[in-house]
Amino acid sequence: MLSLIVFLPIIAGLVILAVPSSQKQIIRIVSLLAALAQGVLAVLIWRGYDPALPGITAGPGGSPLGSFQFVEKVPWISLHLGGFGSLNIEYFLGVDGISITMVILTALVSAIGVLSSWTIQKQVKGYFILYNLLASAMMGCFVALDFFLFYVFWEIMLLPMYFLIGIWGGPNREYAAIKFFLYTLFGSVFMLLVMIGLYFSVTDPVTGQHTFSLVAMATQTNFNIPGAIFAPENHLWRQIAFIVLFVGFAIKVPMFPFHTWLPDAHVEAPTPISVILAGVLLKLGTYGMIRINFPLFPEVFHASMYVIGIFGAINIIYGAFCALAQQDLKKMVAYSSISHMGYVLLGLSAGNSEGMVGALYQMFNHGTITAMLFLLVGVIYDRAHTRQIDKFGGLASYMPVYAAVVTVAWFASLGLPGLSGFISEALVFVGAFSSETTRPIAMVSVLGIVFGVAYLLWSLQRMFLGKRKADAAYDLEIGTDGHEHIHFHDWKGKLDLDGRELAMLVPLVLITIFLGIYPMPVLGMLTSSINKLVQVLSPVVMSQM
Amino acid sequence: MFELPSGAEIQGIIASLKASVGFFIPEIYLSVLFMLLIVIDLVAKGRKNNLLSITTLLGLAGSTIFIYQQHSLPAGELFFGMYVLDEFALFFKYFFVLSGILAVIVTMADEQFDREVKSIGEYYALIVAMVIGMIMMASSADLLMIFLSMELVSFTGYLLAGYFKRNSRSSEAALKYLVYGAVSSGLMVYGFSLIYGITAQTNLIKISLELAAHGSDSLVMILATLVVLAGFGYKIGAVPFHFWSPDVYEGAPTPITAYLSVASKAAGFALLMRFFYIAIPHGGLPPEDKLGLDWVSLLMLLSVASMIYGNVVALWQKNVKRLLAYSSIAHAGYILLGIIVMSDLGTQATLLYLLSYFLMNFGAFYVVILIANKTGNENLEDYRGLGIKMPLAGAALTVFLISLVGLPPTVGFIGKLYIFSALLAKGSLYLGLALVGIMTSVISLYYYMLIPLNMFLRESKKPDEKSMKLDLAPQIFMTVLMILTLVFGIYFAPLSDFAKYSSAMFGITLH
Repeated sequence: MLSLIVFLPIIAGLVILAVPSSQKQIIRIVSLLAALAQGVLAVLIWRGYDPALPGITAGPGGSPLGSFQFVEKVPWISLHLGGFGSLNIEYFLGVDGISITMVILTALVSAIGVLSSWTIQKQVKGYFILYNLLASAMMGCFVALDFFLFYVFWEIMLLPMYFLIGIWGGPNREYAAIKFFLYTLFGSVFMLLVMIGLYFSVTDPVTGQHTFSLVAMATQTNFNIPGAIFAPENHLWRQIAFIVLFVGFAIKVPMFPFHTWLPDAHVEAPTPISVILAGVLLKLGTYGMIRINFPLFPEVFHASMYVIGIFGAINIIYGAFCALAQQDLKKMVAYSSISHMGYVLLGLSAGNSEGMVGALYQMFNHGTITAMLFLLVGVIYDRAHTRQIDKFGGLASYMPVYAAVVTVAWFASLGLPGLSGFISEALVFVGAFSSETTRPIAMVSVLGIVFGVAYLLWSLQRMFLGKRKADAAYDLEIGTDGHEHIHFHDWKGKLDLDGRELAMLVPLVLITIFLGIYPMPVLGMLTSSINKLVQVLSPVVMSQM
Repeated sequence: MFELPSGAEIQGIIASLKASVGFFIPEIYLSVLFMLLIVIDLVAKGRKNNLLSITTLLGLAGSTIFIYQQHSLPAGELFFGMYVLDEFALFFKYFFVLSGILAVIVTMADEQFDREVKSIGEYYALIVAMVIGMIMMASSADLLMIFLSMELVSFTGYLLAGYFKRNSRSSEAALKYLVYGAVSSGLMVYGFSLIYGITAQTNLIKISLELAAHGSDSLVMILATLVVLAGFGYKIGAVPFHFWSPDVYEGAPTPITAYLSVASKAAGFALLMRFFYIAIPHGGLPPEDKLGLDWVSLLMLLSVASMIYGNVVALWQKNVKRLLAYSSIAHAGYILLGIIVMSDLGTQATLLYLLSYFLMNFGAFYVVILIANKTGNENLEDYRGLGIKMPLAGAALTVFLISLVGLPPTVGFIGKLYIFSALLAKGSLYLGLALVGIMTSVISLYYYMLIPLNMFLRESKKPDEKSMKLDLAPQIFMTVLMILTLVFGIYFAPLSDFAKYSSAMFGITLH
C-alpha cells in the first residue's frame, strides 16, 4: 500500500515518458489520474489507520509491528564488510501518527499542484516528469523508516526542484534555483555523516547487527556499542550530531538565519511549485526534527529546548516584520510562511503534549492554508502579470468570489477562531506557556500574532477595498448594463475564479473551515504518537537508561 | 666476483620461468593482439578503419576470458618476485581492459578523428599497449618492474595525447605531459634508489621485512617516500603534481582524455596502494619515533589539497573538458581518502569508488564528445539550449554529473558513502577529512550544475541551422551507461561484493 502511494507518481512519469510531447492534454490527465489515485490511497490508509498504536519507537519485542502500521520491510542491501560486520539497508516503510497526517497532506497538495499546473505551456512533458518525481520523493520521505532510504528520497527531491524552479520560474530563476540547491545540499551532506556515524553506533535488538532503522535508533538502549562515535557517554559528539542534524532540517523549515533561500525560491517559482514548496517541502524540515533529530538525541533536545524556542520566536516575529515590509504579494506570503513555521518550532520546543500536538497540527494547517495563499497569488498574477500590492485596489467589488476566498484564506492564516489555523496556534501557545522553559519566549511570540494580523489585514485592505488606483494593473470600463467592470490587459479567461481554480480552492476552504470547527479527525490520529514521543523525550525515561 | 651459475641452477631458473608463464597468459594474449593490430594496419589501409576498431574491441573483450580463468589460479609471486597474481591485480585487469574497450567505443563516436588525422594507424595498437602497461603496473611487486611498467604507460600516453599532429593544442598537451612525466619519473627513481640503499632489496615484501627487521633512518625514509610520491602523484593527478593535467586533458583527443582520467589514474592508485601497503605499511617507522610526517600524513595533505584545489578552481572554468580535468583532480583527493584509512573497508571503498568513477566519468566524456560532434567545441557557452534540442543527451549528462557530485540515487553516491563510512568507522579520528570531503562536494555541485544550467535553463543565442539528432548507436550506448549509473546507485551489492573480493593483496588483509 505505502509502496504504491510512493511510486505511483514515478510510474505516471514513466508513462508520460512514452507519450509524445505534443500530446499535452494526455500528459496532464495521466498526472492528474496518478495524483487522484494517490489521494484515494491516502484516504484508504487514513480509514485503515488505528489511532491507538503509538509508533515512534519499536513495539513489543523490538519489532516495528504492533507500533507502526502498513509496515513494509524488505532487506534491500545486505553485505558482509569484513571487520565491520555487515552493511544492512532495508526498504522499510511504515506510518504512525506523525507521518500519517503528512501523507494525507502530501497527497492533497500534490493533486492540487497538478491542477494548478494545467496552465503550464512550456515543455509540458519535461515538467510533469519532474513534477511526478518530486511528488514520489516527498511521499517517500514521509513514510521511510530507514535512515538510508529517507536520505535517498530526501536528496532525490533536490534535482527536480532545481529544474522546476530553474526552467519554469520567473526572470531571476537561475539564481533562485541554484541557491535553493546549494542551501539544501549543504544541510543534507552533514546529515550523511551523522547517518553513517549513527549506523556504527546502533544495533537492531532483533538481529543484533548494525542498522539504519530509525525505529531502532529511537530507543536509546540500542546505542550499545561502547566507544562508538554516538554512544551515550560521548556527550560532545552527540551534541555536535544534534546541532548538525538540526541545522540540516532547519534549512528546510526554513529557520532564521537559514531562511534567505525561501523568498527567492518562492518569488521565482511557478505557482504550483510554490504550492508544493510551502505546502509540503517546508514540513519535511520539522518532520525530520520530530522523526530523527529529537528522539535520537533526547538529552541534547532537553538541553536545547529554550534555544529552539528562541529561534522559533525570532522566526515568528522576524517573518512577520519582513512580511509587513513587502510590496510583492508573493514575497509577503513567503515571509508569512517563515513566520508560521516559527509556531511549529515554538510548539516543538515546549516539549509537552500540547505544544507538540499543536506543532504537528500547525504543520498540517499551514500546508493547506499556505497552499491556498499561493494559489490565490497565482490567480491574480495570471490575470494582472504583476504581484505588486499597490497595483490593485477595490478588487472586492469586481471579483467577489475571489475576494471571498481570499478573505477566508487570509483570516485562516492570521488565526481567526473558527478556522483551522486558530486551533493549532492556540495549542502551540498553551503548550509553550505551560512549560517553564518556554514561557517567557511564548510571551514575546504573542507579539507575532499582532504583526501577523497587521500585514494580512493591511494587504487585504490595499488590494480589495477602496477604489481602483490610478496606476492599477487593470482598466475600468462601463459595461453595457451600466455597471463598472474591470478588464485585465491581455486576460482572455473569466474575470473571477474559473472552474479549475474553484476545484483547487474549494476543497482547501472546506478543510480549513471544517478543521477549525472540529479538529478531532486530525488530532485524534496525532495524540497517542505524540504522547509516546513526549515520553521518549522526557528526562525520566533517559535517567533509566 | 661473478660466478657462472651451475647447470642445475639454470635448469631451475628455466623451470621457474616456465611455471610462471602459465600465470601470464592474459598479458601474452594482449601482446599478440598488439602486434596483430600493427599487421592489420599495414595490410588494410584506410581512412576510417572499422576493421581495426572492431578487432581491438573483440580482442580486448576476448582477453576477459583469459583473465576470468585466472580466478582459479593460486595467488602468489611470479618471475622471481617481479610480478604477482592476486585478487587485487585481477580487479585492475578487468578494470583496464574495460577502460580500453570504452576508450575504443568512445573513439569510434568521435568525429574529430575524421577531421584531424589521415589514418587511424597505430592508435588502437597504442591503446592496447597502454592496457598491457597498466595491467603490469597493477601487478608489479618489484621496484624495477614498477618503473618499467610505468614508463610503458607513460610513453604510450605521450603518443596518444599528441595524436592530432596538426593540432597545436594536442602537440602542446603531449609535450607538457612528457616534460612533467620525465621529471616525476626521475624523482621516483631517485626515491627507489634511496629505498634500495636503505634495504638492499627491490622486492616489495622483502623491503617491508627489511624495514621491520632493521628499521631505517627516518629522514632518509621521509625523503624517499616524498620523491616516490612525486611519481605516483603525477599518475593520479593529485595536487601538487597536477600541473600537467588541465592542459593535457584539454588538448588531448577527448577519448584519450577520458582514458587517461580514468584508467591511467586508476593504475596510479593501484600502484600507490600496492607500494605503500606492502612495502612500508606503517610509514616505515615504528610509531614512537615518527617525526609526525609519514606517508599517511603526506597522503592526507595531498588529498585535502586536491579536494580543495580541484573543486575551487573548477568554479571558473569555461571549457567543459577543462572543467572535468579539475574535477578529476578533486576526485583523486576523494579516492586518496579511502587509501588513507588503511583498513579493509577503506580498500573496498577505494575500489568501489574507482568503479563508480569509471562509469560516470566515461559517461560524461562520451556525451561531451557527442555534443562536440554537433557543435564543434566544448565551450560551456555553446551548451546553451542543448537540453531541448537533444533531451536524451542532456538527461544522461545530468545523471553523470549528479553522480560526480555524489547525490543519490547514483553510483557516485555509493562511492562517497563507502569512503565516508570507512573514515567514520575509525571513530572521530578522520572526521576532519570527512568534513573537507563533504564541504568540497557541496562546492562541486555549483560547477557541475553549470552544465545542466546552460543546457536546460538558458536559451541558445545562435540560430540552429544544423540538425542535432544523434545516431541510434550512440544513443543506445549512452542510455546503457546512464541506466548502469542509476541501477548501481540503487542496487550496489554486486559492485560492493566485487570490490570486497578484490581487496586482498598478497593474501595480506589490513586491520
